[in-house]
Amino acid sequence: MKEVELKMKERAKALLESGEVARVVGWKKGDFCFDPSPATFETVDELNEFVYDYFCGANLSKYLIQIAKKEGKTAVFLKPCDTYSFNQLVKEHRIDREKIYVIAVECLAKLDIEKIKAAGVSVVTGVEVVDKDVNVSSPYGNVTLYKPDVVLTKCATCNKTHQVKDEEIILHQRPAREVDRFAEVVKLENMTPDERFAFWREQLSKCIRCNACRNVCPACSCVKCVFDNPNSGIAAKANDDKFEEQLFHVIRAFHVSGRCTDCGECSRVCPQNIPLHLLNRKFIKDIDTNYGEYQAGETSEGKTPLTSYTESDIEPNDAVNGEAK
Amino acid sequence: MQRIGVFICWCGSNISATVDVVKVAEAMKNEPGVVYSANYQYMCSENGQQLIKQAIKEHNLTGIVVGACSPRMHEATFRKTAEAAGLNPYMVEIANIREHCSWIHKDMDEATEKAIILVRTAIAKVKLNAPLMAGESPVIKRALVIGGGIAGIQAALDIADAGFEVDIVEKNATIGGRMAQLDKTFPTLDCSACILTPKMVDCAQHEKIDILTYSEVEDVKGFVGNFSVKIRRKARYVDESKCTGCKVCMEKCPSKKGLNAFNMNLNTRPAIYIPFAQAIPNVAVIDPEQCIKLKTGKCGICQKFCGVGAIDYEQKDTFVERQYGAIVVATGYKPIDLDAFNEYGYNDNKDVVTSLELERLMNAAGPTNGVLLRPSDGKHPKVITFIQCVGSRDSSGCGKPYCSKICCMYTAKHAMLIREKYPDTEVHVFYIDVRTPGKNYDEFFRRAVEQYGVDYIKGMVGKVYNENGKLMVQGSNLIDNEQVTIESDLVVLAAAIEPEPSVRKVATLLTASIDTNNFLTESHAKLRPVESPTAGVYLAGVCQGPKDIPETVSQASACAAKVIGLLVKDKLKTNPCVATPDESMCNGCSQCANVCAYGAITYVDKEFRIGGGKTEVRRVASVNPAVCQGCGACTVTCPSGAMDLKGFSSKQIMSEVEAICKK
Repeated sequence: MKEVELKMKERAKALLESGEVARVVGWKKGDFCFDPSPATFETVDELNEFVYDYFCGANLSKYLIQIAKKEGKTAVFLKPCDTYSFNQLVKEHRIDREKIYVIAVECLAKLDIEKIKAAGVSVVTGVEVVDKDVNVSSPYGNVTLYKPDVVLTKCATCNKTHQVKDEEIILHQRPAREVDRFAEVVKLENMTPDERFAFWREQLSKCIRCNACRNVCPACSCVKCVFDNPNSGIAAKANDDKFEEQLFHVIRAFHVSGRCTDCGECSRVCPQNIPLHLLNRKFIKDIDTNYGEYQAGETSEGKTPLTSYTESDIEPNDAVNGEAK
Repeated sequence: MQRIGVFICWCGSNISATVDVVKVAEAMKNEPGVVYSANYQYMCSENGQQLIKQAIKEHNLTGIVVGACSPRMHEATFRKTAEAAGLNPYMVEIANIREHCSWIHKDMDEATEKAIILVRTAIAKVKLNAPLMAGESPVIKRALVIGGGIAGIQAALDIADAGFEVDIVEKNATIGGRMAQLDKTFPTLDCSACILTPKMVDCAQHEKIDILTYSEVEDVKGFVGNFSVKIRRKARYVDESKCTGCKVCMEKCPSKKGLNAFNMNLNTRPAIYIPFAQAIPNVAVIDPEQCIKLKTGKCGICQKFCGVGAIDYEQKDTFVERQYGAIVVATGYKPIDLDAFNEYGYNDNKDVVTSLELERLMNAAGPTNGVLLRPSDGKHPKVITFIQCVGSRDSSGCGKPYCSKICCMYTAKHAMLIREKYPDTEVHVFYIDVRTPGKNYDEFFRRAVEQYGVDYIKGMVGKVYNENGKLMVQGSNLIDNEQVTIESDLVVLAAAIEPEPSVRKVATLLTASIDTNNFLTESHAKLRPVESPTAGVYLAGVCQGPKDIPETVSQASACAAKVIGLLVKDKLKTNPCVATPDESMCNGCSQCANVCAYGAITYVDKEFRIGGGKTEVRRVASVNPAVCQGCGACTVTCPSGAMDLKGFSSKQIMSEVEAICKK
């Protein structure tokens, strides 16, 4: 990953120096080794802070909505999963494709600091990944963890590939693998309605309405969210105690249905660890079942199953929802 | 401050028998904003309307709620009433306390409670109503008729005779439809072709009618008065402007084994063919599935022999796009597939035929030149058994639940014609009921029984099987309460009819609604029977429901009257309840445009202030109010809620929901 970071930095420098782009969007160092954050670099000096490592899980595509409005071209580093969000945003005319230079970068799955800490390493000063070993340095002794145990939830079932690139920096190919991203959804489907309700009530009651899921979600890109609009008729209800349990996340899942690329950012940023991505995946699974396989963000053009009608569309009574009767 | 008036109608006893109208009117007096509440026996009557007008003036009402029948009945009436009293017509709300309440409840207390809630809900909505003004849109004075059967032909002729341009789009190579396939017509027994072909010729010669055969509607945009239709003209591989219909190509074509659909596949035709002698246009068409030249590249005989050079193997489908003010759907029917009715042995025995096949077997232009010969060995059948209701009135799920309506009459016709022409033939008819209402219809059926001695057996047939070359028809005779087996030479099945399957595509393109049996739905079963609920779309013939020729022709003429009434107008009032985006919230994401069935939404780049003296340019939706039909699909698709519908805003709907839920 160090080599990749070096190459990325080199390219960013070259692009900025040549004036080809006015800025580069990437990640910069945080206070600790495990908290890099998305950042815009406008000068070569600023690139000193540039970082790309196993903690750069953040999806950069949503930042481009605002950044692309600025003068000049913007270069951005996109991981495979980010490119789907990027395409979807281009499709919804939220980003002007012409103004973005996309550099596809390798991913190899990102690490979840929460999982590392949960594995018993309370203070982390450095991390090195060698194949499937995650060597964590800590003042209390170094620990080696098994990588699949400590990757981000969204990375565990990821099989995404770069859908868009103007150039690429890929030194290591991710080995091909079989993943079943719907296994968790099927588990929920197999519950009785009461069990499922209890599950979600328990999960959603943890919600503190910090709005992190909404703010990070590339599909939640509205100029003004319905929840912030007093005229929508639902904003006031957001103050209701039961609201976040029963409606906020469900309405949000409906709003992003058919547009959610399954980037998994909602669950990654949730401070309460609510598995929000499962709501979206249920929609994705149902769309796949009822309208044929569809992956939002695979292209930046074409029709989407929920906003187009074809004669072969399933009739409401024939729809399969995969749930136990 | 809102000043709302409430008017509760008794509708005679329609409402007042189940709803305590006095109590409802009294209860409404306590609703916030309500300054006047009254009840009256017939609010739609002159006196009732006078009451409303007076109240509007005396109490300075800003909005009114009429608790009465469905808005489909009298919303327009009460809007006019309000307008006459100086109130904007869109400040009127109807609480439907008849169809939604009194008619479906028996308990007075419950119904009254519900009526109170419904009126309260309408009050909640009317408080948020805003005055709206209807716009205008021009009318394109040209009609499209989809389907060139007798329904389409009649509608086109009537519209054209009134002086309007009409295009007939027919998917087959000729107009004429099913009626062209029929031999004689009931109850007068005149020859079908003799009465149809003059009308076909009239169409062809009419200067206002343009016939597009071998064509299909591909796409429809727009709305009443302003449809834009894309029509696919399928490649016929013959230049329509050159072909003289001399039929030399048909004689010379070496590929003669194509099934002749016009003769119900009972004989064959060449790969290049004219469907029948009186076809219009009298122009050949090549079946690409059968043509040796088109399949292998070798042959070209027809081209060689064509004296006028009309054959063009390179022809491709072309598209024409035309504008229409009104559209008549007349897509017709087909007999159902009999695969689900193995008991009648249709697929196993050549001598089990459908009634439409029998029409061809009896027709002079048919495969047997009008001599009734059975398909298996070409012999005269001596015993013929008819089976009625094959797939009609069928609740088993194999057939259709409805009565196909024409079978009783055509079976009587067939039986009579056979007995007339071949008196030595024995004719039996198995029936469930004989249904022959209509002018001279029952007399016709009785003639078959009484004068022609046709043996009508009340009962169903269990099975038809072949025994030593004879068709054994096993059924029950319910009158004599016995099982009978009739040794027959020919069995004729009165197969149910169903809408021509292409109607589904047409309905989808027109956003015209369709019922569970694929029949197009009329706007009102009794009072608007030829109008589709989609404005500007009219229905003629069997596409709307089973019917015979006289009914089809009447309906087609009724359609024409409606179309003429529309096309004669220069402008139409548009519905002001249209979608409108709040640009400050619009993301420009295009989802609303994707779901808009009318193509009413486009996007514009607009500059917005973003604070700090800065501006930014954003892509925002823009609705063409003349094109928007107010269906609301965009409002529910819009993720940010920027799109809203005038007269049915999200806020109004939510306030209605709240009013219903309020204890």
